[in-house]
Amino acid sequence: MSFDINTLRKDFPILETEISGRKLVYFDNAATTQKPAVVVKALETYYDSYNANIHRGIHYLAEKATAAFEETRKTVRAFLNAASTEEIIFTYGTTDAINLVAYTYGRKFLKEGDEILISTLEHHSNIVPWQMLCEEKGCVLKVIPIDDNGDLILEEFDRLLSEKTKLVSVVHVSNALGTINPVEYIIQKAHEAGAKVLIDGAQACSHIPVDVQQLDADFYVLSAHKLFGPTGTGILYGKKELLLAMPPFRGGGEMIKEVTFEKTTYADLPYKFEAGTPNIADVITFKYALDYFNALDKEGLRRHEHELLDYATEKLEALEGVKIIGKAPQKISVVSFVMENIHPQDIGIILDQQGIAVRTGHHCTQPLMQRFGIPGTARASFAPYNTKEEIDALISGLLKVKKFLA
Amino acid sequence: MSINEIQDEIIETFELFDDWEEKYEYIIDLGKKLAGLDDQYKTEDNIIKGCQSVVWLHAHLEGDKVIFEADSQAIIVKGLVSMLLKVLSGHTPDEILNTDLYFIEKTGLSSHLAQTRSNGLASMVKQMKAYALGYKTLLEKQNQS
Repeated sequence: MSFDINTLRKDFPILETEISGRKLVYFDNAATTQKPAVVVKALETYYDSYNANIHRGIHYLAEKATAAFEETRKTVRAFLNAASTEEIIFTYGTTDAINLVAYTYGRKFLKEGDEILISTLEHHSNIVPWQMLCEEKGCVLKVIPIDDNGDLILEEFDRLLSEKTKLVSVVHVSNALGTINPVEYIIQKAHEAGAKVLIDGAQACSHIPVDVQQLDADFYVLSAHKLFGPTGTGILYGKKELLLAMPPFRGGGEMIKEVTFEKTTYADLPYKFEAGTPNIADVITFKYALDYFNALDKEGLRRHEHELLDYATEKLEALEGVKIIGKAPQKISVVSFVMENIHPQDIGIILDQQGIAVRTGHHCTQPLMQRFGIPGTARASFAPYNTKEEIDALISGLLKVKKFLA
Repeated sequence: MSINEIQDEIIETFELFDDWEEKYEYIIDLGKKLAGLDDQYKTEDNIIKGCQSVVWLHAHLEGDKVIFEADSQAIIVKGLVSMLLKVLSGHTPDEILNTDLYFIEKTGLSSHLAQTRSNGLASMVKQMKAYALGYKTLLEKQNQS
């Protein structure tokens, strides 16, 4: 199937929405992508025709729901090229998955004086769980700095790595700047130093192919809703030997083998980490999002996204007073920018009046904003269904911002 | 003018606007005209939490009236802040505490501002009322002694 933007746009009914009499321009895809009609339909079909609690029931609906639920696990395994479905844990999202690792792996295997290495590019969800762990266990959090382009300074990373480093947790693709990190290098070096590596793939999965075995990542986490799927569902990939060694996260139903008041034995992988009734409907629906995405012409899609990035970069740089923040040579289709003497929030409000949705603020990366000495940016993040015409609308929207505010 | 008379005046002004551009031009103009705050008052303690941009609020008492001064990094927010000051500053604590701020809804500003930003504004109103309550207690104590 070749890449055809007009056909693709028809798959996303929300793109026809009008806001204040103007057609929606949705450039907040890094926050969450829109959902194709097949995904919405799948959710409806689940609730209309086979809603049931899974894994325990012996009736027809329960069997059907359980099979569909496990079908998603198989699809995710293939999507990430994990070795086995036992390595695919359903979570409520990326944040939940990172917390799971911090609470279980972190609390069992890290001790006082051990070092955890993150980077300046991290989202708060890949900072705070480690800070909490450090506070409790007396570990030390170290941060890989970035250069003015928004690239990690790898010499500094090499220097920070030592036998004290027990865990490296870095983002695959920066949500605020779009930088693609050289995670292969980071993983290899970290392993040589004896550290385990968690990769936050929330922004990466909809833009670049991920093969956890090839990367040799110990943990890889992502959210369904940034990948055309529903909210409230995420994935923790972990190497089997690590998941086996980790204690359970939450206690409750589904994660047990046998319970007596004296002692409980835990279920096998992956159920050990899935206490309680999971988000059945959204997990099942996520498969439809992955199937949809898998069927797209990836080469055409990447070319299109690259064209959007280049076009937006060129147009924005031509606007006087606009400065792009984050100019890494390896970037996904995200452009973060500031305007001279105009607060990002003002940019967002005036664009919103014109039906253009961008994200403004610190993007949950306050330390990164501090690094650049700015309160925040305006961020346009593109998905395959976006067009150059929409970027033109953004540019004329920004001209209006300048007219109003400069 | 009473608080409600000021609110009604603002609502009347907004009824004259034909489109969002006129409305925002007006708000931006208010923001530009607001004197803002002296740097000595732009302290951590005076920051209103919950805003996407930083808003500082300072209050003091003149006679039995509460005087508010405020500032923001973002100009549209500063314009909205200016309207809140116009409505609530220069009134007694009781007047401020007993006010229903209907002008925000009636001017259509609540629908034009996303939840996060409205929350910022809501935090500011809450803080202004907290000041009023503090000064009310203070004035009552002074009257007793």
